[in-house]
Amino acid sequence: MKQLISFTKKEFRHILRDRRTLLIVFAMPVVLVILFGFAITNDIKNAEIAILDNSNDNLSTGIINKLTSSGYFIKVKTLQSNNELQQVFRDGQIKLAVVFPEKFSESYTHNNKAQVQLIADASDLNTATILINYANSIILNYQQDISKSTSNKTLFDTTIKMLYNPEMKSVFMFVPGVLALIMLIVSAMMTAVTLAKEKEMGTFRVLTVSPLKPSTIIIGKVIPYLALSLINACIIIILSMFIFKMPIHGSLFLMFIVCIVFLLTAVSLGIMISSMVDTQQTAIIVSIIGLFLPTILLSGFIFPIDNMPFILQILCQIFPAKWFIEAIKNVMIKGTGIENVWLQILVLNLMTMVFITVSIKKFRQRNA
Amino acid sequence: MNTIIADKLTKRFGDFTAVDNITFEVGKGEIFGFLGANGAGKTTAMRMLCGLLGPTSGKATVAGFDVYKQSEKIKRNIGYMSQKFSLYNDLTVKENIEFYGTVYGLTRLQIKEKTTKLLERLQMISEKNKFVKDLPLGWKQKISFSVAILHEPKIVFLDEPTGGVDPITRRQFWELIYETADEGTTVFVTTHYMDEAEYCNRVSIMVDGRIDALGSPQYLKQKYNATSMDEVFYMLARETATK
Repeated sequence: MKQLISFTKKEFRHILRDRRTLLIVFAMPVVLVILFGFAITNDIKNAEIAILDNSNDNLSTGIINKLTSSGYFIKVKTLQSNNELQQVFRDGQIKLAVVFPEKFSESYTHNNKAQVQLIADASDLNTATILINYANSIILNYQQDISKSTSNKTLFDTTIKMLYNPEMKSVFMFVPGVLALIMLIVSAMMTAVTLAKEKEMGTFRVLTVSPLKPSTIIIGKVIPYLALSLINACIIIILSMFIFKMPIHGSLFLMFIVCIVFLLTAVSLGIMISSMVDTQQTAIIVSIIGLFLPTILLSGFIFPIDNMPFILQILCQIFPAKWFIEAIKNVMIKGTGIENVWLQILVLNLMTMVFITVSIKKFRQRNA
Repeated sequence: MNTIIADKLTKRFGDFTAVDNITFEVGKGEIFGFLGANGAGKTTAMRMLCGLLGPTSGKATVAGFDVYKQSEKIKRNIGYMSQKFSLYNDLTVKENIEFYGTVYGLTRLQIKEKTTKLLERLQMISEKNKFVKDLPLGWKQKISFSVAILHEPKIVFLDEPTGGVDPITRRQFWELIYETADEGTTVFVTTHYMDEAEYCNRVSIMVDGRIDALGSPQYLKQKYNATSMDEVFYMLARETATK
């Protein structure tokens, strides 16, 4: 026990005296959250649009007002003819054009049918889709409003309700991903690097010759990084609650459990990596290729897993981050209880056991 | 009583025999040089003696404990220092001593006493709170060695301890080794500096996993009709090459 305390103390000293480590541990989560929250966002705000209004009547101006007052669109250009359309899109001045045909209002009242044309710049497909959807729903809403006030024509009444994230803020999607990323960096990569460092410096050999038990060495190594990761997780959650007004629907305790489970997986991954490499450099490279790229690309963090080809979907299952993100989203955003996250917790725990077994085998092989 | 006894000690990795039937004894307070080219099997043999690696066959006891069954007890009774210093650069001298002290199960009081004694002996009291990385190489080695014998082990294993330092610093380092041996600690040292081999009481020279020569430097020089250990070493190496 005394040995363990002394080991942990030494480990904390290493961390606190290394500016690089401190920077990774404390500055990175803040930077990532803010980056993902503000800069890298799928939200549409103030998208530039152009209007080509060939009829200029009550109805068309009504729709235009509705669109521009929604906060999603800004009218930057009023066009006079179809010929101008090509040009404005090519210049990249606008993302979307709304075109009203001649006699718009008339055809609406007489034929009970009117067409608005939405033209979007699909060279940026995601934005185009989102803009079209937004505009579409605003126009539909407007249509409902006027049909109610004028007469009782029955129209299709589509109401859309965005569950769990009514404002469709993408920061809600990013926070779980950032959590996963940070915990992997601090727990997995740092554990791998610090063990590799002892090997590189030759102190690892001295430790193995000493009466210290291997378990004491590993636990002593891991405790500080576990603690730091937890602090980090708190920083990220607090930031997202207060800066991005992210609501937390589930129980904090369950969130905590999910984080701990994932941390253990991350740490055992780090130990496994360090059991296979001898230098800090290799540890870092392996961590980046083996941990971060899959976490960013194949965990549902940025790209939805359901849209991936079948093979990739299968591949996604082997990355711990995917299970963690699922679980934390369920608890944090949907507010579900243990009944909806036990599977994820189980899978993560199984992964931890596999990683630990592999590392013990590897360590034995190398020392035998 | 001999502190290290190896009897037909052998280690095989698959088809490769790293250590081939080595037999030797090292007495209490003796400085025993373990020589050999890289890949001759020195490190493997030493790891078996430290209780890190189980032998394939043969017998060995270290500090009276069996290498097969009592490796934990062996670890408590030996000290170890390698070429790479064993100290943490980002800890101070005092913190390093404290850390290794607790690792070897010393009490806080013992550590405190020993720290003072150690620093006085090395005349480094004023450097106590300096980071190890700021000290010159020679000092680091001396502290490293002193830390390795902090818990008063019966045997201290030195794995190429003087790599990378100039002959003068090496000489000073050896004075420390002599003092330790005089106090009854057995010193087991691997090296490939042949001038260092001359400082040992007895040396063994390993070639291809076997011990090809064993005896005092004086005796070996006479036997091979050589003027220095360097010559002895080359003669042995050439002998094997022509075989």
